[in-house]
Amino acid sequence: MNAPRRIVTPARRVRGLGAGHSGTTTFWHQRITSVAGVPLTIAAMVIAVALLGRSHAAAVQILGSPLIAIIMLLFIINIAYHMWIGMQEIIVDYVHDEGLKYVTLLGNTFFVFALAFASCFAILKLSFGV
Amino acid sequence: MAEMNAQAGTGASRPRPLSPHLQVYRMMLTLVMSGLHRMSGAALYFGMLLLAWWLIAAASGPNAYGTFQWFIGSLIGRLVLFGYSWALIHHMLGGIRHLIWDTGRGFEPSERELLARATIIGSIVLTLILWAIGYLAMGGSR
Repeated sequence: MNAPRRIVTPARRVRGLGAGHSGTTTFWHQRITSVAGVPLTIAAMVIAVALLGRSHAAAVQILGSPLIAIIMLLFIINIAYHMWIGMQEIIVDYVHDEGLKYVTLLGNTFFVFALAFASCFAILKLSFGV
Repeated sequence: MAEMNAQAGTGASRPRPLSPHLQVYRMMLTLVMSGLHRMSGAALYFGMLLLAWWLIAAASGPNAYGTFQWFIGSLIGRLVLFGYSWALIHHMLGGIRHLIWDTGRGFEPSERELLARATIIGSIVLTLILWAIGYLAMGGSR
């Protein structure tokens, strides 16, 4: 009767996925996107500075060229995932009301997805013309 | 306290332990840098709208691009862009600091202090260099 009660079964402990069923996946993905983010962010900053004050025609030509477009697409996709995780962390840390938490978490997902999709679409349009 | 202990066995009514909140800690550079990392991340989150605006404007045509360039060229636009670039560089350096910590290194008090200083000084210096390059690339301030 007084023996210590284990709620977690040995198999569950070994799998180490915890209450959220995904273990340290989010933590790890935030690290992957931060490592990838360093060179991609530097590249994006160089591209942005190179385009400062240039005409629309020059911007279209440079942003639409394959190498630049690929770098920008990688930058956007990587950053989008990184900022989605980051804002989710901030929300679960500070928003304690259950209803508001779900609304803000949904808002985070919608905002990031729309932003990433719109940015990628713009790059692809510049790249493929029309 | 005695009341709390008396209730300890009763389950639901027992107050749960709370972790100490921010104000109990002494203000330290590493604490400020921790906060700045999160704040710069949150600012960049919304700052990405600027990038989206830039790209969509370029894809939309000369008029839309002109509007974007007008905004970025204005005083407010430049201030926003300056803050954005600083937040970006600061968050990047802060992230590198976290990646160093992830390897298990840099946790000694002197190392923590050094990394914190390197992040804040490095971010300011790099931001100023970036803007100097930017103005040079544009042939001086317009």
